Amino acid sequence: MTPPRRTAVAEGSRAAGDVAPLLSVRGLSKRFGGVRAVDGIDLDVQPHETVALIGPNGAGKTTFYNLLSGRMQPTTGTVVFDGRDVTGLAPHEISRLGISRSFQITNIFPELTARENVEVALTAVHGRALRLFSRAAADSALHEEADALLARLGLVALATTRAGTLSYGDKRLLEIAIVLATRPRLVLLDEPTAGMTPEETRGVVELVRQLAASTQYTFLITEHDMEVVFGLADRIVVLHRGRVLAQGSADEIRVSREVREAYLGEPDD
Amino acid sequence: MASGGETVLAPARAGRRALHVATGALLVVLLAALWLLPGWVPYFYVFVATRILLMGLFAASFNLIFGYGGMLSFGHAAFFGAGAYTSALVLLHFGWPLVAVIVAATIVAALLAWVIGAFCVRLDEVYFAMLTLAFGMMVYAVVHQWRSLTNGSDGIAGFPLGRFGLGLDLQLADPAVYYRVVLVVVALAAVVLHRITRSPFGLLLTAIRQNAERVSFCGVNVRRHRLIAFVIAGAFAGLAGALFAPFNRVANPDMVHWTQSAQPVLMTILGGTGYFLGPFFGAAIFVLLETWITTYTERWMLFLGVVLAVLVIFFRRGIFGTIVDGLARRR
Repeated sequence: MTPPRRTAVAEGSRAAGDVAPLLSVRGLSKRFGGVRAVDGIDLDVQPHETVALIGPNGAGKTTFYNLLSGRMQPTTGTVVFDGRDVTGLAPHEISRLGISRSFQITNIFPELTARENVEVALTAVHGRALRLFSRAAADSALHEEADALLARLGLVALATTRAGTLSYGDKRLLEIAIVLATRPRLVLLDEPTAGMTPEETRGVVELVRQLAASTQYTFLITEHDMEVVFGLADRIVVLHRGRVLAQGSADEIRVSREVREAYLGEPDD
Repeated sequence: MASGGETVLAPARAGRRALHVATGALLVVLLAALWLLPGWVPYFYVFVATRILLMGLFAASFNLIFGYGGMLSFGHAAFFGAGAYTSALVLLHFGWPLVAVIVAATIVAALLAWVIGAFCVRLDEVYFAMLTLAFGMMVYAVVHQWRSLTNGSDGIAGFPLGRFGLGLDLQLADPAVYYRVVLVVVALAAVVLHRITRSPFGLLLTAIRQNAERVSFCGVNVRRHRLIAFVIAGAFAGLAGALFAPFNRVANPDMVHWTQSAQPVLMTILGGTGYFLGPFFGAAIFVLLETWITTYTERWMLFLGVVLAVLVIFFRRGIFGTIVDGLARRR
């Protein structure tokens, strides 16, 4: 195993001297038996940065997300979010602190309407999860808030449609609406355009670009589609065998020899 | 799409409002008919109706965690029994008015549900079901063997049924009066339960059934949410049990047995899990079939088995659900 090498200075880290990173990961590892799915990742993400996480299948991207979002407990290492150690917290605690994620396999509430899907998240955000006697369906402010989010994703005409009957692309968009409804500061998107048509993919790219430009959000995106990656990311981090192989701007990553080797096979093995 | 959505939505909303009005009117008529029931049916059916109402509430409380929350409990009789025994014991030893008795019994059942639920809601699916079954059996064993308190397999009988309380002078010994008390309490309990299913809490409970993980990633403590639902369900099961013991004139271990836990499961599936009134409907069918068939044969379980098999194979949404869906489709 080669130690992690950095081929280029991260563009985002130029600001590191001025602003504290929003997310700071140190020595993060996850072992499954003898397999090191994530093997000592160090990563800083600055506020309002859009970072793409790429790497071949099995590089540890999804495991890394699972560690950040509380779905799995790390074997070693720390995750600091906004100055607070969030290592090993439960998913709902991490979500409340402002990290929200989507899943590679669409993860929605199929029997609820699209609007209700978003309202589940809004209800939690507004701290109304334990209200037993008010009528959810009579909360017009909540409906409006949900519809505003759906409108942003182009789904408002489908607000009263059962989520399970939406098209595949619309389901994926609905999940992004749920993610945004939790009012995150850090958004983890796990292959948001997987399985989408080229047209839908362009829609998602445009959406993420707008959201990123609004400077409300910081994005961490895994993606296989390099056009999406190069189109969106301020910085690209290449994972390989659970480690950071390289990071840098799109141009730097494009010409990196190690990245090519990781993707095209392993001549040095 | 957007303009089409507008034109489709408006009549749908009007239709839904008409449906609500019709449902509300139907319910008022049904409640009035139930109130007047003792006047026009043989006394025997007043007993049957009381039993249906209480078993209906028991099943509806179960459906809060099963139909809405996705938790299949095989130990729900523990809370029904806790209510029944508390009711019998308090009447026997303290002679409280009935209102105070059912409040106390409901609280005891809720506390028991809190203790048992704290363990059970950590698990999912079949493991949850098995753990509730195990706790149910433990409660049965305690009730059966703690003779000094529960009188063992004989149960607690001979407790006096005195005043109702709240300054009302009701002849509770009269089956028709007791039936009407039960009707009012069950109707109020059903309103509260229904309200809970339509609340933000209920929305999240439904969401948890469909996708618990997504809910937790929305910032909801899923375990706590499920525990609260479990406690509410246990409390209402306890309320049903509390009214059942004086009606039955005895609280005995049969009420805590796992076969008693199976009853709300069967009733709910019979009526339909997807509708709030499904369990009440299922309880009515269950109790009526049991009443009629047992006059002809002892083997009523055989018939129930056939009915259930047909339902599960051909009418997944239950009898009530199938009827409502059929009506909705014809509109």
